[in-house]
Amino acid sequence: MKNIVLDIDNLVVGLGKNPSGQRIIDGVSLQVREGETLCVVGESGSGKSVTSLTVMGLLQKGALVPSGGSVKLVGEELLTATDKRLRQLRATRMAMIFQEPMTALNPVVPVGRQIDEVLRAHTDLDARARRQKILAMMEHVRLPDVERIFASYPHRLSGGQRQRIMIAMALVLEPKLLIADEPTTALDVTTQKQILTLIRDLQRDHGTAVLFITHDMGVVAEIADRVAVMRYGRLVETGTLDSILRTPTMEYTRNLLSSVPSLVPRAPRAETEEPVVLEANELGKVYRERSFLGKTREVAAAKDVTLTLRKGRTLGIVGESGSGKSTVARCIVRLIDPTSGGVRLAGREISDLSRRLLQPHRKKIQIIFQDPYRSLNPRVTVGETIAEGPINYGMPRAEALAKARDLLELVDLPADAVSRYPHQFSGGQRQRIAIARALALDPDVLVADEAVSALDVSVQAQVLELLDEIQKRLGIALLFITHDLRVAAQICDDVAVMQHGRIVEQGPAAQVLTHPQQAYTKALLDAAPGRGWDFANFRPVEVAAE
Amino acid sequence: MLGYLLRRILAAIPVMGVVALFVFLLLRLTPGDPAAILAGDNATPEQLERIRTSLGLNEPLYTQFFTWIGKLLQGDLGVSLISNVPVLKMISQRVEPSISIALSTIILAIVVAVPLGVIAAWKHGTWIDRFVMGLSVVGFSVPVFVIGYVLIQIFAIELRWVPVQGFRSITMGFGPFFERIILPTCTLSFIYVALIARMTRAAMLDVLGEDYVRTARAKGISETGVLLRHALRNAAVPVITVIGTGFALLISGVVVTESVFNLPGIGRLTVDAVLARDYPVIQAMILLTSLIYVTVNLLIDVAYTLLDPRIRY
Repeated sequence: MKNIVLDIDNLVVGLGKNPSGQRIIDGVSLQVREGETLCVVGESGSGKSVTSLTVMGLLQKGALVPSGGSVKLVGEELLTATDKRLRQLRATRMAMIFQEPMTALNPVVPVGRQIDEVLRAHTDLDARARRQKILAMMEHVRLPDVERIFASYPHRLSGGQRQRIMIAMALVLEPKLLIADEPTTALDVTTQKQILTLIRDLQRDHGTAVLFITHDMGVVAEIADRVAVMRYGRLVETGTLDSILRTPTMEYTRNLLSSVPSLVPRAPRAETEEPVVLEANELGKVYRERSFLGKTREVAAAKDVTLTLRKGRTLGIVGESGSGKSTVARCIVRLIDPTSGGVRLAGREISDLSRRLLQPHRKKIQIIFQDPYRSLNPRVTVGETIAEGPINYGMPRAEALAKARDLLELVDLPADAVSRYPHQFSGGQRQRIAIARALALDPDVLVADEAVSALDVSVQAQVLELLDEIQKRLGIALLFITHDLRVAAQICDDVAVMQHGRIVEQGPAAQVLTHPQQAYTKALLDAAPGRGWDFANFRPVEVAAE
Repeated sequence: MLGYLLRRILAAIPVMGVVALFVFLLLRLTPGDPAAILAGDNATPEQLERIRTSLGLNEPLYTQFFTWIGKLLQGDLGVSLISNVPVLKMISQRVEPSISIALSTIILAIVVAVPLGVIAAWKHGTWIDRFVMGLSVVGFSVPVFVIGYVLIQIFAIELRWVPVQGFRSITMGFGPFFERIILPTCTLSFIYVALIARMTRAAMLDVLGEDYVRTARAKGISETGVLLRHALRNAAVPVITVIGTGFALLISGVVVTESVFNLPGIGRLTVDAVLARDYPVIQAMILLTSLIYVTVNLLIDVAYTLLDPRIRY
């Protein structure tokens, strides 16, 4: 048996210094051994990040306070260690990488110097030796052109490159323990795959113990040796990867796994001859940047995008960040103006209408945005938010508010929610409110722009179900923008795959997602984490196919 | 960078042109005969005619403008109506006290306020934070002249450490210069300490919540390193903005301070000129003030590009 690197025993973390205060972490015990990856999974608020920050001693002072239990790093107690000792241990014995590589690096310091800081703080190496060590480490994390990147500022690097810098910074002194807090959540699937492989390889080479925090079962399946499931600050169960995925003992774990959408597309619905409600014809959007001296730089965010959507059907647009999928959605809704091509809404060309002439058509197409925490005005009641649209189109106020109550019931929220404010609702509930708001104008087409991406899987499953039900009931057409192929597989009738502003492949979901014709679609599917598992049925996919 | 600087300087020319036009029209568009305004109520017709000829008021407006601009560019700002001394000479004689106070004030304010703001943000919510914020409220609310008289009472009259008022040029030795400039500087810097400390604290609080500060802590570097190398540098942009605009606003603060400490600076020159309707001096002062504003703005923008590599023009 390998040595235990991290030993968390009956850890309790409370809110504030009051010992009787609310417990954010309540009696969690975990062990990570040399060369082992322990995945901590849980939904938001489960306490998985707080656990990792406690280990690092990075909890916000005074706000969250460890009040019981012990955390031992290679036998040394951390909860009672002095600040000075903790500083010595960080980067040398334990290191951490974070979720957002975009914000985790200091924007005003070149990345090489940011790694250098670790060496200056913890070693006596001279400038030249440090530089050589850093360049070697940067090559080790497979960064290209290391001399150039060494002197670059973070904003010059891609998300994947920045995460590699973070990893280089974390591992340059070969710590015993690496804590990775959702390190690939903000990355595209293809980049995610590379980073996961990198962490795996480095771990194998150096025998590092890895505490890997994630909400994504697919990632768990890719990287974990053992899995710990957390909920409400408590440990639900722990076990080997295989035992957790195949034979989860706890109800919560079973539900969590069942909520993971399958990559295998749902049974196709019969083709219909319903009227076409939305058409995009060779739609294009070019951004022009003019510099001071008049040189114009053109960026084509969307090129020759042609789509057709019939009443009652769901069309998915999938692609990685920067592929132009949101640009297309926003052009179609006319939140931004397309630079070429046309959009026909219920047979009427709307791409060249002026703002004023567009007004009567706006109600036919409505949009739901990604982040329900930011898309609702925090100072306006839910009822007012939903009723505002109909009132703008001339509906009497009382009638509009009554309609808002009906809509809230339609999305499974209590009708008396009308008088409350967005902050009084959870993320999933807010997204239901956003859906109710969009439905208030009785649109023909609903555009959902990454509408379930910010939600936990269990909530995501509920919202997807709701959208499906509403579609059946109201016969609405759905344009569904997502980066998540699993979600696309479960809700879309047809799928268009976008890359660099163009549609590279388009067709029925069952066909595109199981027998992709284009290399890019294949690569996307190949990079989808956990593609070997059919989580909901607790078995690998090969078995399911038999 | 050099190209950017050049473009910005070129772009400042039209701004100054518009100001010059405004200053020129100020006199011409004031109701009544400019010559009569200039000459005052008791002027004889001969005097009026002389003024008219000397200002070229009989020429077409655009000819007058270009003549005026031409003289301006050669450093001819006209002659004071009250003292008959060339305006340029008047200003150059009185610019030293004002510039001395303005610069020393801004330096003192930065040296005191930035550390205060950083510490207040670092010790957010503690008595240190509350003390600094309390100090800043006092700094904002007590008028400049009150602070000035209190300081004079304590340090000049009671303790007799420094002279009550007056000014000595730095060319006459640093000692006499310093002991006369120290009280006005302290007086005027009060409000800027308050302003800059408050802004530094707010900007630092924002930055201390950022992910990269957490990363810096996770690297195990010292708290001073986290605060100075990572947080302060990122908080600098809004702080520099306030310092810059504050410097421009100093010009009005200087007027009161110069009066309290009886300093022969351009602040008092301006006030005297306005009261006496000494138009050539007023015109020159408006031009000078605008030039300072434009220059400070330019310097702020240049500072941005030096502080934040993401800002490129």
